[in-house]
Amino acid sequence: MIEAFGLSKRFGKIEAAREVSFTARDGEITGLLGANGAGKSTCLRMLYGVLTPDSGRASVDGLDILGETSKARAHLGVLPHAAGLYNNLSARENIEYFGALHGMRQKDARARIAQLARSLDMEGFIERRAKGFSQGQRIKVALARALIHDPGNVVLDEPTNGLDVMAIRNLREMLLTLKAQGRCVLFSSHVMQEVAALCDRVIIIGGGRVLADATVSEIRERSGAASLEEAFLQVLGNTEGVS
Amino acid sequence: MRTLLTVFRKEFLDNLRDRRTLMSALLFGPLFGPLLFGLMISRMLEQSVVEADETLKITISGSAYAPGLASFLESQGVKLTRKEFTETEARAAVRSGHGTPVIVMVPEEYPKLFSSAVPAPVLLFADSADSQTRKIADRARHFLGAYGSGIAQMRLQLRGVNPTLTVPIAVNDVDVATPSGRAVVVLGFMTYFVLFALLMGGLYLAIDSTAGERERGSLEALLSLPVSRSALVGGKIVATCAYMCISVGLSLAAFVVAFRFVPLERIGMSANLNFGTAALFFLICLPFVPLGATLMTLVASFTRTYREAQTYLSMVLLVPTLPIAFASIYSLKTQSSLMFIPSLSQHLLMTSILKDESISVLDVLVSAAASLGLAAFLFVITARHWRRETMLG
Repeated sequence: MIEAFGLSKRFGKIEAAREVSFTARDGEITGLLGANGAGKSTCLRMLYGVLTPDSGRASVDGLDILGETSKARAHLGVLPHAAGLYNNLSARENIEYFGALHGMRQKDARARIAQLARSLDMEGFIERRAKGFSQGQRIKVALARALIHDPGNVVLDEPTNGLDVMAIRNLREMLLTLKAQGRCVLFSSHVMQEVAALCDRVIIIGGGRVLADATVSEIRERSGAASLEEAFLQVLGNTEGVS
Repeated sequence: MRTLLTVFRKEFLDNLRDRRTLMSALLFGPLFGPLLFGLMISRMLEQSVVEADETLKITISGSAYAPGLASFLESQGVKLTRKEFTETEARAAVRSGHGTPVIVMVPEEYPKLFSSAVPAPVLLFADSADSQTRKIADRARHFLGAYGSGIAQMRLQLRGVNPTLTVPIAVNDVDVATPSGRAVVVLGFMTYFVLFALLMGGLYLAIDSTAGERERGSLEALLSLPVSRSALVGGKIVATCAYMCISVGLSLAAFVVAFRFVPLERIGMSANLNFGTAALFFLICLPFVPLGATLMTLVASFTRTYREAQTYLSMVLLVPTLPIAFASIYSLKTQSSLMFIPSLSQHLLMTSILKDESISVLDVLVSAAASLGLAAFLFVITARHWRRETMLG
């Protein structure tokens, strides 16, 4: 479970996040929907502790991300917006490196990689160097890297960016698998259909604020709109840039 | 510690597979200096050695007017070619440079003036813009001068004057330079090339492990791991150090080999450089390695892209040259007070060893401590920068 309590962050004159509070529960997929520049990445970055909030706090499975950073992060798998790989290393070496940094023993990491390679369908390229990988292959390796330590919570920042249709489908299936395993999945996106198709719960962010925090059906009921799209547009109001 | 080792192992392996790193660390950095150096010096030495050994060949015109001069020159081992020229012809012949680089011309009025003890003119045709002919002309001028002063002494004696009266002081050059010491003038650059190779060895790794991480987008994932940032950047710096050690080791070995082919002893110089002294150089340079690695990593940590990092680090490569340039301008010698300055202290110590001078253990220790101390200070700054959120870029 990931919780945000009144997170605020300011970069110079820009208020990237204002009093952002929400909860992402285990066994659910929570979507953070917002236009580019709405403050999604800033919020997520505060959740995994690479940005320090000006006020407010965040916790993972009840562990404070700033007070108990290492412990909290051990419960957290992160797929950042830029999820680059080391091109001179093979897919396996890329994943093993992160396993070793998580303090895993090589034997355990190997077993876990074999498991991930099977479930993410990476067996065909696991020993190949990452140079020349397709976007789809890259995202699989990056996801496996984020999951190497078997975390209960997974945060993904715009994971579908730059992926083709097949890769997006694959990713969707992966997220549903993670949910079925009882993990807490939190991902950000600016694509409404994506969020609508996947998420149990949607948090709409605009101008650094939480505009709505509800299940997909709740949003529809509350707005009284016939289609989901109209419902979203009502909630977003004049926030532009959501496609 | 475990994190540090993990990062070290990964960076070492990653860069071992990178052609760019290998080229600069193992090929260009260490071999550039010795190669350039060996070629430059052997060429320089060959020229000067050959000329001193060779018989001086001069073309003389109008030798019939000065038989004394001609026979004096021949008695000094100068090979004379007698050929008559007018002044214009002589000018043209020297300018064309074919076989007659220097012409000595005795004019018609020479015998008359000579016998009446009035300065008798001798013309020396040479092209002073050509360094080769200039040397021949200098030697010819030296012989003509010797003949002149011989005649002058005889004239004074004939007039009953003691010729020594014309020599009020006698300057005796006492050259205290040891054969190795003389070579140091030529070899002073070597230490720069060694320090250059040392930095080049880690240059690309320092870039790849910082700006490279950022550019390829792997940095944020790395920073979101439950590891200490100091250990993270520490591992990167240790990997950089490893490549620098390999590079400086190769460079020193290449210098030892290159010096085998440089005919230093032919001009009475010797360079105290064998594998033993090279090992000593390695030990002296060793404390400079973490300093260079930390400095390059720190600078590269502030840059966003490979290109930007390259620009800034090429400036960092110049930093160790400044104290060395300063040292050669003011011809500084090894002294304890200078051991606090990294790169200068390494330069001075290595130069002393090249000169066959003894060095004190204390100086070596102070030099090492100063470099390591500065490295530790820079590491603290680097680690602090890595803990900042601006590190994400």
